[in-house]
Amino acid sequence: MSLTLEQVQRIAHLARIEVSESEALATQGHLNGIFQLIEQMQAVDTSGVEPMAHAQDLSQRLRDDVVSETDRRAAYQAVAPEVEAGLYLVPKVIE
Amino acid sequence: MINASLKQLSQALAAKQISSVELTQLFLDRINRLNPALNAFVTVDTEKSLNSARAADARIAAGTAGLLTGIPIAQKDIFCAEGWRTTCGSKMLANFVSPYDATVIRKMEGEAGLVSLGKTNMDEFAMGSSNETSYFGPVRNPWDNGRVPGGSSGGSAAAVAARLAPAATGTDTGGSIRQPAALCNLTGLKPTYGVVSRYGMIAFASSLDQAGPMAASAEDCALLLNSMAGYDERDSTSLERPAEDYARDLDKPLAGLRIGLPKEFFGEGCDAEVMAAVRAAIAEYEKLGATTVEISLPNSHLSVPAYYVIAPAEASSNLSRFDGVRYGFRAEDYGNLDDMYMKSRAQGFGAEVKRRIMIGAYVLSHGYYDAYYLQAQRIRRLIANDFVEAFKVCDVIMGPTSPSTAFTLGEKAADPVQMYLSDIYTIAVNLAGLPGMSVPCGFAGGLPVGLQLIGNYFAEAQLLNVAHRYQQACDWHLRRPAGIE
Repeated sequence: MSLTLEQVQRIAHLARIEVSESEALATQGHLNGIFQLIEQMQAVDTSGVEPMAHAQDLSQRLRDDVVSETDRRAAYQAVAPEVEAGLYLVPKVIE
Repeated sequence: MINASLKQLSQALAAKQISSVELTQLFLDRINRLNPALNAFVTVDTEKSLNSARAADARIAAGTAGLLTGIPIAQKDIFCAEGWRTTCGSKMLANFVSPYDATVIRKMEGEAGLVSLGKTNMDEFAMGSSNETSYFGPVRNPWDNGRVPGGSSGGSAAAVAARLAPAATGTDTGGSIRQPAALCNLTGLKPTYGVVSRYGMIAFASSLDQAGPMAASAEDCALLLNSMAGYDERDSTSLERPAEDYARDLDKPLAGLRIGLPKEFFGEGCDAEVMAAVRAAIAEYEKLGATTVEISLPNSHLSVPAYYVIAPAEASSNLSRFDGVRYGFRAEDYGNLDDMYMKSRAQGFGAEVKRRIMIGAYVLSHGYYDAYYLQAQRIRRLIANDFVEAFKVCDVIMGPTSPSTAFTLGEKAADPVQMYLSDIYTIAVNLAGLPGMSVPCGFAGGLPVGLQLIGNYFAEAQLLNVAHRYQQACDWHLRRPAGIE
C-alpha cells in the first residue's frame, strides 16, 4: 500500500491539521515508511481471534449519580485562550 | 548524600541529620549548576519546592511523617500539578499552568510528602524514544553528552543518572520508562496496567499508558511504587485491589526461580556487546539459584506493527481535545472555526505528533478500520496469549531492554521507523498489560546496558525481589557517570 499526496492531504484534514504542499510531501514519505512496517500484520491469519481492546477485560464501573465536584469554572477558564462572561470565545459559526 | 538511597535519606531525615529544606536545596543547587548542559528539567520553581520542603519538615517535627516525607523527587512533565506549568513537552501546552493535581501527584506529594524538584523534559506527548521530539530541545545523556538519554521519559532518566534528583516518575506506553532507564543505568518499573491511576496524566494511548518509578535501585522503586499505586475512582481503568507493600518480598531467596528466555529476544537484531552483558546477568542469576528455560513468544515480531496502529489510533482520539478553545495554544491569525482548529494544531504540534495523529485518523477511517485497527487488536490478543503460555513454564521472562546502547543525537531522528524499532523488546509488554522492569546489567563500549524483566500480571513485588537480589550480588546499578560522585 502506498498513500497518494491527495490521501495525505485528506488525512490531514480529517485530523484538522493544516499542511502545506511541502509538508504534505515530506509527510507522505514518512507515512509510507511507517505503513510498510504496519503492513507486516496483513500476512497473519487472525480469523476467529477476538480483538483485544484492553489489557483488563472489565466492564465499566458505575457510580451513584450524586454531585462529587465543586464549582471550579473560574480556575478552569483561567487557562483558556479567550473567554468572556464565563463563555469560551470562538469565531462565529452561525450567521 | 546525593548518592544515598531513599531509605538512607529517610533515616537521615528522621534522625534530623539533615532537614528536607537542606536536602531540597542541595538538589536545587545541582539542578542550577548542571541542568543547562543536560536540559533534563523544563520547569523548576525554587520557592514552590522549598515551601513543600518546609511543610515536610513540619510533619517530621510533629511526628506525622511517612517513610518518604521530605525526600525530593523529579516529576515527568506529563503529570498535571496544580500551580505548576505542565507542558507534556509540547508547544501546545507551553504556557499551561495546571488547575489541578494528577492522582500520582496528590498521592506522592500530598499524602506521602515527597517534595517536587520540578518537571522533567520528555518527548512531545510521550511520542518518541530519544527525547528529541520535545519542543524544549533534546536532553543529553549524562554518560555521554553527545548521546540521547532514551525516551520518552528522557528528562527523568538524565536527572536521576546525573543525581539532580534522588528518583523520578516516568510513564511507559511502549517502553518509555524501561528504555531510558536502560540507556542511563537506572532501575525502572512499568507496573501492570491499571495499578497506578492515570487521572491527570496527559493521555497518549489510554489502553497502554502506565506510570511508574525510575530510580537507582529496585528497593527505591519499591518504596516509590508504594506511594504511587492504588485504586482511584477517578480513573475508570484503575483496578480495585487491596493495597500491597511492594517491598515485602525484596529479600526472598531466588532458589528455584524459573527464568524464561524467549528465543525471539536472543536472535539477530541485538548488539553483540549488549547481548553479552545480558547473558552474563542471566549466568549471575543461575549462581543465585535460578534455572532457565527457553520459551517462545512467536508473535512478538508483530508487536511494533500492531502498536503503531493501536497507539496512534488512541492518540488521534485523545489529542483531538487540543483545539485551541478550552486550554493550550491558539494560532494568532485564523479565519473561521475550522481554520482556527487547523492552524492551532498545525502550529502547536511537532512533526512526530502530527504523523501519529494522521496514522491514527487513517486507520480509524471508513474502509480501513477492519484492515488495520481490528487486525491490530486481534494481533494484540495473539501477543498477550503468547505470554499466558510462557508463564505456564516460567516465573519471570528476561532479555535485553533495548537492542543497542544510547545512540547519538540525530542518529535516528530523521527516520521514524528506525526510531520505532528501538522499542522492539518493550512494546509487547504494554500490549499485554504486563509489568516490566529494566535493571542495569553492565556496559558496552562504556555505555550502560539494561536487563529487561517481565512478570505475570500483578507480579510487581516478585519482579522487584528478582531485581533486588541481583543488585545485592552486583554493583552495576551503583556505577555513576564520570564526574558524578
